[in-house]
Order: sequence, then C-alpha cells, then structure tokens
Amino acid sequence: MAQTSIDVVITHEAHRTADAVARRSYGKLIAFLAARTRNVAAAEDALADAFAAALADWPRNGCPNNPEAWLLTAARRRLIDTARRRSTSDGAVPQLQLLSEELEAASAQTEIPDRRLALMFACAHPAIDAELRAPLMLQVVVGLDAKTIASAFLVSPAAMSKRLVRAKTKIHQAGIPFRIPGHEELAPRLDAVLDSIYAAFAEGWTDPGGTDIARRDLTEEAFFLAHLIVELLPAEPEPLGLLALMFYAEARRNARRSVDGAYIPLAGQDPSQWNTPMIHEAEAILHHARTLGIIGRYQIEAAIQSAHIARRCSGHNNWPAIVELYDALAAISHSPVVAINRALAIAETAGPRSGLDAMPRLAEDARLNQYQPFWAARAELLSRIGACNKAREAYDMAIGLERDPAVRSFLQQRLAALP
Amino acid sequence: MQYLLTLYAQEDGWKALTKEQQEQGVAAYMAYGEALRKAGVYLGSNRLQPAATATTVRLVDGKSQVLDGPYIDSKEQLGGYYLIEVADLDTALTWAARCPGAGHGTIEVRPVWAMQ
Repeated sequence: MAQTSIDVVITHEAHRTADAVARRSYGKLIAFLAARTRNVAAAEDALADAFAAALADWPRNGCPNNPEAWLLTAARRRLIDTARRRSTSDGAVPQLQLLSEELEAASAQTEIPDRRLALMFACAHPAIDAELRAPLMLQVVVGLDAKTIASAFLVSPAAMSKRLVRAKTKIHQAGIPFRIPGHEELAPRLDAVLDSIYAAFAEGWTDPGGTDIARRDLTEEAFFLAHLIVELLPAEPEPLGLLALMFYAEARRNARRSVDGAYIPLAGQDPSQWNTPMIHEAEAILHHARTLGIIGRYQIEAAIQSAHIARRCSGHNNWPAIVELYDALAAISHSPVVAINRALAIAETAGPRSGLDAMPRLAEDARLNQYQPFWAARAELLSRIGACNKAREAYDMAIGLERDPAVRSFLQQRLAALP
Repeated sequence: MQYLLTLYAQEDGWKALTKEQQEQGVAAYMAYGEALRKAGVYLGSNRLQPAATATTVRLVDGKSQVLDGPYIDSKEQLGGYYLIEVADLDTALTWAARCPGAGHGTIEVRPVWAMQ
C-alpha cells in the first residue's frame, strides 16, 4: 500500500525528533548507559537499536513527550537482554540488577543525569593511546561515525574503526574508571581532555578554505566539546582558556586565505577580515578565566593570540610581552611547537641570530626532522641573516613535509625569492 | 578487578648498591607489602631469582625445546610481581606508582581475566 502524504509527514516528524535528540543528547545517553558497566560498545549498540526502534514506532504511535526517556528505556531493555544472554557469571547479575533499577529511575525523571564529564575523562585516560583520544571522544560523546572521523584525521575508515574498537575494549577490559579524577590528578588529566578537544579543532583548522572536499571539518564538533567541558567544569580556568584560544583562531579563519586560496600568514592578514564579535567573545572568556586564579597552558596560548591581534590592530610593538608569554609557556610545556614559536618571537625582539640560537636542536629531538614548522622557521631565520644556501635547504625540507598545497605554494614563493 | 603488577629492572642495579642502600630497599618493599595488606588489596607477591636462573620451554615439532636464559633478553628483566584486587585501573596505577620498583625500573599493570 502506498504511503499517504500524512504518513510521509509523520515519518519526517519522527526523523526530525530523533535527529534532534541525537544532536543534543547522544553523548549523555551513552555516558549514562555505559557508566556502570564501562562497556561503551554495548551502550552504542543498544542505543543504535533504540533509535531504530524509535523510527519504527514513532511514526505509528506519535513522538513521545520525553524522547530521551523513551530511548533510554528501549536501550536499557536491549542492554540487559544482551548481557543476560551472554553472561553466566554470578558477578554480572547484581550489576545488571543495579543497572536496571538505575535506568528505570532515570527514565522516570525528566532530566537524565549527565555523566559526560566522566566519559570524557575515560576517553582521555593515560591508558588510552594519545592518538585515539580525540577520535574516541568524537565518536562516543558527539556521536560522529567512524567514517567521518577517519576522513578528518586522514586515516582509512577500516583502520579508524579497528582502533576505536581497541580503545573501547581497553576501557572495558582494563578497568578504566568513569570518574572525575581526584584533586591531585585533575590538572594533568584535564589537560589530556583539553588536548584531545584541541586536536579535533586543529584537524579542521589546517584546511580553512575547505578546499579538500573529501576532508571533513571538525570545527563544529570541537566547539561543541569545548563548550561542554566549560559547562561541566565551570570553576576550572583551563577549559575557558581553550575556548578562548579556539575563538581567537576561528575569528581569523576568513583572513587566512586570499580569494584565490593562497595562504596568508598572520603578519599579512587583513584585520578587517577578522570576526570582531568573536574576538570580543574570546577576550571576555579569557578575562573570566583570569578571575579563577590558576594560570595554565591554554590560557597563555590564548593570551598570546590576544597579543598578536592587539598588535595588528593597534600597530604597537608588543613583541617583548609576547616573548615573556612564551617564556612562561615554555616553563610548563616542553612541546617543540612552543620552543619554535618562542624562537620566532625572540627573533622579533633580539634579531634573527638570537632567534636561531633559541631554536630547539635536532640533536636533542630527532622528531624535529619530520616537523614542517621547524624547517619553515629555520628557513625564515636563516634567510634573514643572509645564509641563503642553508635557507634553501631548510625551505626544501619544509616544502617536502607540508601537506597543505596553499602553504606549500607560499613556501615555494619564499624559496624562489631568495637571492 | 584483579591486576598483576610485574616489576622490570636492570639487574646489576641492585648489586651496585651499598649494603645500607640494599637494607633500605628491602625495608621499602616490606613497607609496601604491609600497606597493600592493610588496605585489603593484597592477593600475593613474590620476588623472582635473577634472569640467569631462568629456563625457557617450547614445543617445536612436538618435541620439547629447552633453552637457557629468560624469554626476552633485554636490559630490564622481570624481577617480581604483586597480585592485587582493586576497583579499577586508576587504583591499580596508584598502587603501582607507590611500589619501590617504580623508582628504578618499570612496572606493567595488567588486568587478570575474570573467571566465569
């Protein structure tokens, strides 16, 4: 029998409601379903089944008043059924009983308890491979599918799926807790969560022109996670630092590429292309972070961005202040990126030779060999002191390591401009 | 959950210590064991004899192949273990960090299969 137009409308309504729930509550539902058993994969399967059941049921019986509770109940049934079928150990039965009671109580409430913070800490746990933390968070807290995540991180979907399964298995088998870390461990563990969110943001950032059609932009999802961590940890300054940093970066997105898609470095960007309301937002967030007392890596990075923007808008040379900020950053972060950017800042205050002296050494960190910004910075400084042959070599290295065609083209132009 | 904490260290490290330092070391391990017991998490532990006393056994083509020496020839060798029962990985990691072995070697923390 053909669908009437009413049927189509009702089915659309069901899909829209389901999509809306997925967008705002996916992570919350997963976190709640997985918190006790620490079995994220089982929670995902149960919830997927629940969504499928919803799309079969809601067109027939209408959308429920509380769709989250409906989905939670459906997922609960499947979770418990699956576990009962598979498990024979005595230990599991009381667990399942507790889970069942808990889910029943939660379904009766209008608000489902938010366990996402614990879930985020589990995703960024030190026992999880550092490269997997951002993809994992995107999958279980945001609800992105493995294929989309794979595309963003330039990994094959099959490889990404396998790695994500391994990470979730580790959470379950190794006993990684769903817990907000205690006072002593909170700072480094929160750092790991923030690093993951920033990694997701950075993946979207390297293609600001959106020229790589196959590559998915994760900016929206990264902002979702950043806003979420700020909301869940309102007394902590570093999440605010991260959010401010992301806003500063995002505000300059349109200025990073010319109309032809050419790369424009910060020094050459047109401030009128910057998103001023977003910059004001970043300033306000950073200011609020300062009132919370404890300085941290992301707040300093945001302050550096703020200083760059201030210099471009006012013309006032504040490089010495930027060097001081990098000194503070280098004291808490041993990342080569920081050392390189600090060296470039020192070059602005004390000349290119001083900048070169401040650069990290290959002998101390062999990874720099494969690091494009290292070679690009060296090339820039070497060209400024007139060491053209060495500068040429460095530009060649940088060009060979650069993924982005626009940046590559820019470096090639600099190379060609050498005397 | 049960976790096995396996201790790896350079064997000549112990020999290089003075008698006093060795006595301190022993005392530290005793104190650690006590702490585990008091916390009610201790299931078992042992110190193993040096890697040179080890022998490996393998079946090759149905025949027993016995070789002198430890399984892996590396700078850090397996020296002992603790078996503990705790709520989750973080708790196990906290205990591992307190173990004197963490200061001069590496401790692997691995969950034990729960018996069905």
